[in-house]
Amino acid sequence: MNKPFQTPIVLLGARLLSPYIMLFGWYVIIHGHYSPGGGFQGGALLAASILLIRVAGGRRVAQLQIKEFATTPLAVVGVSIYFAAGLVAVAMGGYFLDYGMLPIPGMDPAWLRYTGILIIEVGIGLAVMAILVMIYDNMVRGEDYG
Amino acid sequence: MIESHLPAYIALTFLLFSVLIPAFGIWRDELSQPLAVIGSGLAAGFSIYGFYSYLQLGSIRYFFGGWEPPIGIEFVYDGLSGFFALVINTVAFFVIIHSNKISKREFPGKEMPYYALAMLMMLGFNGMVLTGDLFNLYVFLEIASLAGYAIIAIGDRQAPYAAFRYLIIGTAGGTLYLLGVGFLYTVTGTLNIIDMSAMLPQFAGSTAVVAALILMIVGIGVKAALFPMHGWLPDSYTYASSSSTALIAPIGTKVAAYILFRIILWLFGVELTDAVVPFTYIVGVLACIGILYGSIMAIAQSEMKRMLAYSSVSQIGYIIMGLSLANPWGFAGALLHVLNHAIMKAALFMISGQIRFKEGHSSVNMFDDTYRKKYPWTMAAFTVTAISMVGLPPLAGFFSKWYLALGTIDNSNWLFLAVILISSLLNAVYFFRILEKVYMMNPDKGQKEAADAERDEFSGSMLWPTSILAFSLIVIGFANAIIVGVLLNIFPM
Amino acid sequence: MADFFLGHYAYWFTIILLCIGLYGILFKKNLIKKTIGLAILQISVVMYFVSVASKWDATVPVLDPNIPVDQVANYLNPLPHTLMLTAIVVGVATLGVAFTLLIAVYNRYETLDEEELIDKIQ
Repeated sequence: MNKPFQTPIVLLGARLLSPYIMLFGWYVIIHGHYSPGGGFQGGALLAASILLIRVAGGRRVAQLQIKEFATTPLAVVGVSIYFAAGLVAVAMGGYFLDYGMLPIPGMDPAWLRYTGILIIEVGIGLAVMAILVMIYDNMVRGEDYG
Repeated sequence: MIESHLPAYIALTFLLFSVLIPAFGIWRDELSQPLAVIGSGLAAGFSIYGFYSYLQLGSIRYFFGGWEPPIGIEFVYDGLSGFFALVINTVAFFVIIHSNKISKREFPGKEMPYYALAMLMMLGFNGMVLTGDLFNLYVFLEIASLAGYAIIAIGDRQAPYAAFRYLIIGTAGGTLYLLGVGFLYTVTGTLNIIDMSAMLPQFAGSTAVVAALILMIVGIGVKAALFPMHGWLPDSYTYASSSSTALIAPIGTKVAAYILFRIILWLFGVELTDAVVPFTYIVGVLACIGILYGSIMAIAQSEMKRMLAYSSVSQIGYIIMGLSLANPWGFAGALLHVLNHAIMKAALFMISGQIRFKEGHSSVNMFDDTYRKKYPWTMAAFTVTAISMVGLPPLAGFFSKWYLALGTIDNSNWLFLAVILISSLLNAVYFFRILEKVYMMNPDKGQKEAADAERDEFSGSMLWPTSILAFSLIVIGFANAIIVGVLLNIFPM
Repeated sequence: MADFFLGHYAYWFTIILLCIGLYGILFKKNLIKKTIGLAILQISVVMYFVSVASKWDATVPVLDPNIPVDQVANYLNPLPHTLMLTAIVVGVATLGVAFTLLIAVYNRYETLDEEELIDKIQ
């Protein structure tokens, strides 16, 4: 996976498909609190869209989409969104992850819980995407040793 | 206010620091170890304060997200989980302080991932100890296990293969535990431990419940290194780095023993466990075979870490034998042995890491009596810990074996009593062998070699944790009546 | 007798998959085949939980205004599906760690066959 494929057709197909898969991944994440979907599934789809370009294009093309060192900060940001949502609930006097206590103005507790789940699903989706891409990058880098 | 949030704070501190360590570690690599020390220190402080407030106020139930128990997930901070949280967090704090210099020597440049993984592993262990929901326990079990596999693989040449074998066996065990949870969910419809323990007595003879019990005991027995399922332990502990072993060995098997305590004594209860097949007796017999096997194999080893690994197999057998007795003295003896063994094994693995740091090896055949001149305090700590492992009064190890023996006498289980006594003799063989090499002069060699060696003692960050842990065994030995008084109150019947 | 096999076909399916997974872990010599056996073992437990959640003539657990919520026999049980989501992610993470370890083993020993590995380690 370090070097690209011999034919340009594979990269052309991947370039056409990848944005639509990424859009569908965001669609699945945002629909998670209302219908089947959610953070894990959407994050896996997002990772699939990124890995498609990495497999088809090789390492140098992949750096144009998401650089290799950017995945660790993305994962940290994803987990921090989850953790911050929980801590804000504790700071407002509730239990950890009690979305009914989030300080968003103008919503009653049922809508607050609805929105709270959406926030953590976005965080989980980012973290899952970053970590799956990080696993792939590590394995490809392991081919160079020995 | 802070007391009611304590169960969550103990686990969440580790989650917070496992996010902070990569965030700061990418910027500056040498910040990882101090952040890890701060994180485990905070958690240890919360655990000590929490156990103190448990003794005043009673147990705490913490509902995540505000949802009440049968619907939501809860953390239950009662006597058993508070005690285990106290033990594992305090020991982890000392080990992480000690790992400062060793991590720079054994795996330079990989400190940020190592400490982030260590924080995640402690999150998993604390979550397992505190949770009150069976599926949540599986999730934390897998978090701790995956971080453990990765930490073990950071080591010398054979570490990845040992970590791979541990991964296959450990994940199969976790999956069998999950299938057992599935059977219990099908029968009762709930996953909460307190709720399910009220519902289970009406299903006493049902095949699904018996099958679930077998699957859970086998699955968790893999993690606890119960006798036939201990095969991963010697290789994993030997080839991992010294500070990794010092972190995993005192804590990992104890937390799995905690799960067995919860399942057999709290969730099922002794009458339901023994209703169809006498499981407590079978688990006790397996534990006894494990004790003898571990001690005999430890005598045959020539390398110190491998010897200590087989000794761990033997000592976890004591704890599970105390569980299988199911009477107050056995229970108190088992929990006291959890505390003692965590401290003793952490001290021993830290000492072997120190010797490996200076000498480059830890093979027992190459120890000689220059060590008592070069490392006087380290060898003193080793002597105290070794005498406590054998079980001589007034050190702590004697009292835990004493209460276990009282438990076996209460049950008229003379086989278990004989196993305790014989294995103490076997422990004496492999520990006194090292003491003989270090302290007693070899009459063939001249006196000159020993007199030439200069004092080369370790620096403070490695010496203080070892010495504090080793000499605390004397304190626990003298204070054992108070500790056992608290432990006897925890027993659920 | 027929009811023992046909009435519980979901459980038989789960147990046969579990035994295939255990066979793969125990008796295959190549390390990658052991990992595949582990994956099959984990999937069999996922299948068990999902089969527990199903009911006759029930619809997906998304609120339909025509079917009131307190007639629970009309909605599938969503809790095992939620639990299995987490279990699948745990399986993915385990496979990730397993393959990384296998790459490290291959880079050091040049083989992934267990008997050759044991000879080379000794």
